[in-house]
Amino acid sequence: MIVKILKKLASLIVILLILSFLVFGLMYLAPGDPAERKLSEQGIAINKETLEAERAKMGLDRPFLVRYGEWLSGIIRGDFGASYKDDMPVGPKLAAGLKNTFILAFSSLLLALIVAFPLSVISAFRKNGVIDYIVRLLSFIGNSLPNFLISILLMYFLCIKLNLFPVIAKGNVQGLLLPVFSLSIPMSGRFIRQMRAEILDQLKEDYVTGMQGRGVKQRYIVMNVLRNSIGHIFTIIALQIGGLMGGSVVIETIFRWPGIGKLVMDSITARDYPVILGFVIVIGVIYVVINQLSDILNHILDPRTSL
Amino acid sequence: MRKKKRARIKIIIVAALALLLLLCAVFAGVLAPHDPSAPNAAVIRIAPCAEYPLGTDNLGRCVLSRVLYGGRTTIAATFLLVFISFAVGTLIGILCGYYGGIVDKLLMRVADVLLAFPQMVIAIAVAGILNGGMTGAMISMGVTMWVSFARLARSHTFALKNEAYIQAAVFAGKSDLYILLFHIFPNLLAPVLTQALTQIGTTMIGLSGLSFLGLGVIPPTPEWGAMIAEARAYIQIAPWTIMGPAAAVIITIILFNYLGDAVMDYREV
Repeated sequence: MIVKILKKLASLIVILLILSFLVFGLMYLAPGDPAERKLSEQGIAINKETLEAERAKMGLDRPFLVRYGEWLSGIIRGDFGASYKDDMPVGPKLAAGLKNTFILAFSSLLLALIVAFPLSVISAFRKNGVIDYIVRLLSFIGNSLPNFLISILLMYFLCIKLNLFPVIAKGNVQGLLLPVFSLSIPMSGRFIRQMRAEILDQLKEDYVTGMQGRGVKQRYIVMNVLRNSIGHIFTIIALQIGGLMGGSVVIETIFRWPGIGKLVMDSITARDYPVILGFVIVIGVIYVVINQLSDILNHILDPRTSL
Repeated sequence: MRKKKRARIKIIIVAALALLLLLCAVFAGVLAPHDPSAPNAAVIRIAPCAEYPLGTDNLGRCVLSRVLYGGRTTIAATFLLVFISFAVGTLIGILCGYYGGIVDKLLMRVADVLLAFPQMVIAIAVAGILNGGMTGAMISMGVTMWVSFARLARSHTFALKNEAYIQAAVFAGKSDLYILLFHIFPNLLAPVLTQALTQIGTTMIGLSGLSFLGLGVIPPTPEWGAMIAEARAYIQIAPWTIMGPAAAVIITIILFNYLGDAVMDYREV
C-alpha cells in the first residue's frame, strides 16, 4: 500500500512538472513585452538602454530553459518570484488570497453538501415520486445556470429589490453569504445529479434485491447502500473542487472578495505573469492532491478499488 | 417499446426548439429591429417599450437586437469549438486506439495531465495570457476539451478493433484507412456525438463566463456574457439591460442540456 501511494506521488510530480512547463512556455510565447509595459506604466521613457536594463533586471534576457529552471527551483523552495507590477514577492500575495478563497470555497462546498446529499438520497430511494421529480427539475436548472448569472440575479433580487444584503462584500459573514450561494447553487445541482445516479446504480445490485426479498427493514437497506456508495461520493466531491476553483475566480471578481481568484484577474489585467503562473501551480497542486487523497481514502474504505 | 417512442418524441420536440433558437441567431440580421452596435444618445436606458421590446442600454443600443446578434457570437463560437474538439479528439482517439504504441502512450499521458487540472482554471490562465479575444477564449477551452472525445473514441476503437468483422476486413486486404473510415468511425460516431451534444451547454457556460470576465469577445461586438458584464454597472437603474441577455443564456443552456439528457436517455432505454 505504501509503495502504491509513493508511486502515485511520483506520477503526481510528473503531472505537475509537465503542466508547469506548458504554462511557462505559454507565458514565454505570449504577446507583449512585460519590461516595456512596466516602464511605460512607471512613466519612464522607453529607449533601447532603459528597456535592456529593465529586461536584465527582470531576468527576461536569458534563454528560455534557464529561466524555466530558475523559476522551478524557486517554486520548490517556496519562492514564486517577484510580481512584475510592484516587485513584491508573489508567494505572500498568493497565500493571503488563498486564505480568503479557502473560506469561500469551503463554506460553499459545505452548503452544497448539506443541501445535495439528503436530497439525492431521498430522490434516489423514491425514484419517480413527486419529490424525485421536483429535485431532478431543480438540480437540472441549477446545473444549467452559469454562476456569474446566478450571482447577478441574486444581487438584483436580494440586494436591490429586497434590500437584504450589502452589494459589496465586506469580508464579514453577511458579505460571505451571496458569494457562497452563487457558488453552491450550481454545485448542488451537479452533486444531486451525480450522487443520485451513483445511489441508483447501487440499488440495482443483487444484494439490494436480496435484502428486499428477505424483508429487511428499509432503513437498513439505506444504510447498506450508503455505506457502499460513500467511496464514489468522495470521488464526486473531489472532482467538483476543480469547478469550484474556476467558479471562485468569477465570483470573487464580481463580489470583490479578496481571494486568489480576484488576485489572478487583477494580474491578468496588469499582465503580471508571475502571479498567473503561481496561481495555476498552487491551484493545480491543491486539486491534484485532493483527488489523490480521495483515491487513497476510497481504497481504505473499499479495498477492492484499485489505487 | 413505448418508452423508446416517448423518448424519441421528446427528442424531436426539444430538437425543434433548439433549431428554432439557432435560426433566430442565424437570421439575426432580418429579425433585429435595430443596428446592434449603433449608439443613439437620444434613447439611453429606455425601459422596454413598443419601439425597443427589451429596452436600450447605456449607449442607447437596442437590447433585443444585441441579444439576437449576441446569440450569433455565443452560439457560433460554442458550436465551432465543440466541433473542432470533437474532430481533433476523435481523430486522435481513433489513431491512438487502432495503432497503439509509443505515440498512444505519450498522448494519453498528456491527456492525463490535462484531465488532472480544473478546466476553467486552465482556461482563465491561458485566455488571460493570450489576451486574444474570442479566438483566444476558444483556444483556452479547446486545450482541455479534446481530451474527453479522444478518450471515448480511443476506448471504443480499442473494443471494435478485435471484432470479427474488422479482422475479416483486414484479411480481405482492406487498407487501414478504409477500415478506420468505413468500419471503425461509423460505429463509434453515436456515443461520441452524444458526448458532443452534452458538451454544448458546458461550453456555452465556459465561453460566456470568459467573456463576462473580459477574457473573451472584444467590445462592442455583442455577446451575452459581455453584455451582462457591461450592464452590471446599471443594474439598479436599468435592470432590463441584464434581463434580456440573462434570459437568452438561461433558455439556450437549458434547452441544449435538456436535449443532451434526452438523447442520453434514449440511448439507454
